[in-house]
Amino acid sequence: MTHPADSSLSPGLSPTLAPALAMRGITKRYPGVVANDQISLDVRPGEIHALLGENGAGKTTLMNVLYGLARPDEGQILLDGQPVRIEDPADAIARGINMVHQHFMLVPVLSVAENILLGEETMANPIFLDRNEAHRRIVELGRRFGFEIDPDVKVGSLSVGWQQRVEILKALYRRARILVLDEPTAVLTPQETEEIFAVLRRLAQDGHSIVFISHKLYEVLEIADRITVIRRGKVVGERIPTETNEDDLAELMVGREVQLTVDRGISHPAGVVLEVDGLRVKDDRGNEVVRGVDLEVRAGEIFGIAGVAGNGQDELVEAIVGLRRPAGGRVSLGGTDVTGRSPRAMNEAGVAYVPADRHRFGLVLAFPLADNLVLTSYYRRPYSRGILRDDAAILRDAEKTIERFDIRTPSATVKAGTLSGGNQQKAIVAREFGREIQLLVLDQPTRGLDVGSIEFIHRQAIDKRNAGTALLLVSAELDEILEMSDRIGVMYRGTIVAVMDGRTADKNEVGLLMATGGAEHGADATEGRTA
Amino acid sequence: MDALVNALYAIPIVGLVFQFAGYLVAIIPPISPIILRGATPLALGGMCGVVSERSGVVNIGIEGTMLASAFTGWVVGVALAPVLGSTPIALFGITLPLLLALVASLLVALAVSYLHAWLSITVRADQIISGTIINIAAAGVTGYLNTLISKNSPTSAGSFALFTPPTALTNLPIVGWLFNMVLNQGPITMSMLVLVVITQVMLFRSRWGLRTRAVGEHPRAAETVGIDVIRLRYRNVLIGGLFAGLAGAYLSMEATNSFQANMTAGRGFIALAAMIVGRWTPVGALGAALLFATFQSLGQAIAFAPPGGELGVLMTAMPSQIYDALPYLVTIIVLAGVVGRSIAPAADGQPYERESAT
Amino acid sequence: MTPPVATPAGRSAGAFARAAWAAIALPFVAIVMALVVGALIILVSELLVTGRPFQPTLPLTAYQALFVGAFGSFDGLVATFVNAAPLVLGGLSVAIGFKAGLFNIGAQGQFLMGALGSVMAGVAVATWPPFLAIPIAVAAGLLAGAIMGFIPGILKALSGAHEVVTTIMLNYIAVGVLAALVSGPLKVPRSPSPVTYDVGNAAYPIILGRDGHLGILVALAGVAIIWWLLYRTTWGFEIRTVGANPEAARYAGMHPRAVIAFTMTLCGMLAGLAGTGVLLGVSHSMTSSFGTTVGFDSIAVALLARSNPVGIIFAAILFGAMRAGAGLMQIQAQIPVELVDVVQATILLFLVASPVLRALFRLRGVQTELGSTDTITRTYGGEAVR
Repeated sequence: MTHPADSSLSPGLSPTLAPALAMRGITKRYPGVVANDQISLDVRPGEIHALLGENGAGKTTLMNVLYGLARPDEGQILLDGQPVRIEDPADAIARGINMVHQHFMLVPVLSVAENILLGEETMANPIFLDRNEAHRRIVELGRRFGFEIDPDVKVGSLSVGWQQRVEILKALYRRARILVLDEPTAVLTPQETEEIFAVLRRLAQDGHSIVFISHKLYEVLEIADRITVIRRGKVVGERIPTETNEDDLAELMVGREVQLTVDRGISHPAGVVLEVDGLRVKDDRGNEVVRGVDLEVRAGEIFGIAGVAGNGQDELVEAIVGLRRPAGGRVSLGGTDVTGRSPRAMNEAGVAYVPADRHRFGLVLAFPLADNLVLTSYYRRPYSRGILRDDAAILRDAEKTIERFDIRTPSATVKAGTLSGGNQQKAIVAREFGREIQLLVLDQPTRGLDVGSIEFIHRQAIDKRNAGTALLLVSAELDEILEMSDRIGVMYRGTIVAVMDGRTADKNEVGLLMATGGAEHGADATEGRTA
Repeated sequence: MDALVNALYAIPIVGLVFQFAGYLVAIIPPISPIILRGATPLALGGMCGVVSERSGVVNIGIEGTMLASAFTGWVVGVALAPVLGSTPIALFGITLPLLLALVASLLVALAVSYLHAWLSITVRADQIISGTIINIAAAGVTGYLNTLISKNSPTSAGSFALFTPPTALTNLPIVGWLFNMVLNQGPITMSMLVLVVITQVMLFRSRWGLRTRAVGEHPRAAETVGIDVIRLRYRNVLIGGLFAGLAGAYLSMEATNSFQANMTAGRGFIALAAMIVGRWTPVGALGAALLFATFQSLGQAIAFAPPGGELGVLMTAMPSQIYDALPYLVTIIVLAGVVGRSIAPAADGQPYERESAT
Repeated sequence: MTPPVATPAGRSAGAFARAAWAAIALPFVAIVMALVVGALIILVSELLVTGRPFQPTLPLTAYQALFVGAFGSFDGLVATFVNAAPLVLGGLSVAIGFKAGLFNIGAQGQFLMGALGSVMAGVAVATWPPFLAIPIAVAAGLLAGAIMGFIPGILKALSGAHEVVTTIMLNYIAVGVLAALVSGPLKVPRSPSPVTYDVGNAAYPIILGRDGHLGILVALAGVAIIWWLLYRTTWGFEIRTVGANPEAARYAGMHPRAVIAFTMTLCGMLAGLAGTGVLLGVSHSMTSSFGTTVGFDSIAVALLARSNPVGIIFAAILFGAMRAGAGLMQIQAQIPVELVDVVQATILLFLVASPVLRALFRLRGVQTELGSTDTITRTYGGEAVR
């Protein structure tokens, strides 16, 4: 392992040193879009360099160019001042560039050691792996950067925070000099984020160069030595954290002044609409992952559920909307017991649901938009009589909906799969919001969307609340929960461990609860690592 | 104890089941070599499925691959026997024409697998459709050529002979029949046992195995660490093709010395079921293959050693066609009972698109 | 067929021709290419295998005989239609499975059981008046086929056992059951070979030429009913939704398990009706070797037609013609009838490799997918449907 930089040099103050990585005038075009337009970027040895931009601004494309996953149409990459051509990921790895992808590139059924070894195997002989040597090196590397890890644990059983550490170990095992992290904190609690930041700082001190991709302003202000902001494929500015602030960065990133928080106004909660009582739910493998949840959502309020992904939120939501049969407990809607009712019965009782994964649940991408807009109501009048469909009525209402919700589409008959992500989500929102409902369940409603679509969906949700609908919002983005919720419940290992007022909730307090479940659950925290 | 047994026998259905279990225990040791022979093409076919699907390529063309290689083995033997003579040159009655025929049948299996690999990996066609086409094409081409060739009533090159184990081993009490089962066999059956063990160890201990499993579960993750997903999948489908080819050669060169149209008779699909029931491991596939083969051999067992009592009356009264259908029925039942708990590799059947290096 | 939501009112003739070409260009090219490959196989096997004097024009002689046998005379044409009728129903059976994301390789077994059901009922009511006997025999065939389809359907719905394996196994079981019954309880006593009694009045009446039986109309009615079901009813919408995205179907309040069991049952009924047609229209009784290649030809028909109910008629006529003409080809050119299987498989091969064909022949703007088959493999290997 070579460390070209003297690590005692303060990274921000060494302009004469050749950058560890320089990208010059990178341009990458895809049919119909210029994903990267003359982007230049310098990363010095031992520097943490943040790349800030919205979803779709071109950050990931730029990093794919660096990692050999996409070939640039124009531009040059220099490592330690030497121009290089990076052919494929293997080439990038050989040159010391490693990437931690936003969606972890880990194989859940393989062990930590197998995941780290993959592609860079330590061999006992030309055929068989040397597991003992590999274990030794992994444990040692982990210790050096401050954590203990068991190489034999299956990755699928680790929490996301630990999976992230495995990703970093994977890079270090390959003697990475330049480490790219794509939205590494998206699914972490504030505490886990702090822990990862500590690891990153240690790596930087050790001489590694780090590219930190994010759209979270306060995070880049905290961790970065320098910040490069890109918008619509172009570099729009470079900043040093001490000389900028969130408003400045937000305006650079979005191109206009943005309200960082939605003005949600004051809620006027009325009677209880949804009442969940001692609900227990099993996952696909038969493990009880919701272990006695109690909660109430009132008309005219937004109840947000905060929690690290995988603490039973998905199963809870599926049980409430009827997609999953509870193992015990009660769900009532407006005072009526609806436990175990089918999705259709819940739909008819006035429950609307915007699912987390719009491609998997929300839409049939191969079907025309019009068919998707009646996906939950195709069987009733006016869309059908008996088993006979009324295509004219379906088309007529589709055109109305498209106009009302401003869905950008050439017509109602194009396949849903051809629309942009934002417009697909708008179509789901239109279908679910556009009717008389009592309860609206939103599961990760803005994941992967651009700021415009996020604002639109948040606005629509608040309008629904003000009109007296009860809203249940689940999100792994703590910021979204804090921004939107009138009350917040923190979910930890299958139970709601605390309920607090959305206006006064403290981010760190919520984060701590998300990570540990609070004092009375503290004993579980250690085993929570492998839960 | 006897009273208990008698009491159990007295309950109508339960009694029959109990008698049947007793009959199985008694009959399996003497027919065990037959069972293992029946299991050979199923286990080899199952391994074809294992190495292919562990890397993420569904292969339901096993049946067609087997059929093509069975035909090739037979026809090449027929063509070479008059030219090269048929003097055994080694153990197992191996002759030069037989050896060359075996090589030819493996080459054809490779070619057929290459077609499947190309269609499902490069063209990214639906893998089940691709496999089906291979099955239809193999049945068509072999049927067509077989009809043409059979007009001349050709003479076969013979088949591999069975090894006769020393009676000192096979007469050992309690374990003797196991020696007989494993050793009273031809070369392909014995190789199958060795290959199962080797493949099992390789899959879980070697670099190839680790990469195979990773590619079958999460090909993108494998590509990001520099593994060539496409190449690995091609290689695995081809290795699988060799196993299926060996299974086909077994049918026309070891089990029989002839070829009949559609002689695979669904074995490729039973092999697929064996793979699923065996949870995508070679040893598991062999175990399931033995189970299916046991029921396949039952018809023969009843012919030469029918059970006594009411069970015997019942079983000999059944038309023989029912016994022919029995292994297929057992396959369905076992598959339906096991499949929910047997989880396929996560990326099985999904064509992989390289994260475009354009 | 675009789903009926998309029906722009007026379309010019030019646009229509372009759309028609887009739909048929690929099958057309595939068929021509397959015939070329078939010719090569004939020539190569003549050279290497038969040892007859080499005739370079033999493929032409063979194809000419094939064509004349199928279309050269009124009787030949009727034979083509008679051969096509079960392929239409079998093709619909496979196609409607594709629409629901199911691969029904079991059409063969369902076909056999349908024929068995109608022969058992037909023999029992052989002396009844036809207007009673025929519906009873048909109903029995439908019922037997339905059972054969329901079994793999319910197994898939409840346990996730993939229908590709279970239906193939059922094909072999059907052969066994049929052979056992025909050589046992159903056998005509003292008959030298295993054969059942004749169905008598339950036989389909002849409506066209010498052999053209009612089954031809039944097949056409089947196309109309299935098209209507798929595109005009909510049931069809549910079938297509489950096929395209079962998770979304569940979310939409449908019941994928029930839809799968229902669709497989429907598949079984259609293939069973095909068997009924052959039995009541052609053979009138059953031998233990009863059985044709209908089940497997049906897969080819559905793929060639891209699961389009109307396209299935044309694909079935093509393959029906090949079967009808194969006899004359064997007589006139001494080419084994199995050549038809080879050509058929080659057509499918070119279809499945359609991206390659498209690049090779520069067929721009032509549909390439094999209909909605891209969802079949997804449920492979025990991902139980919820």
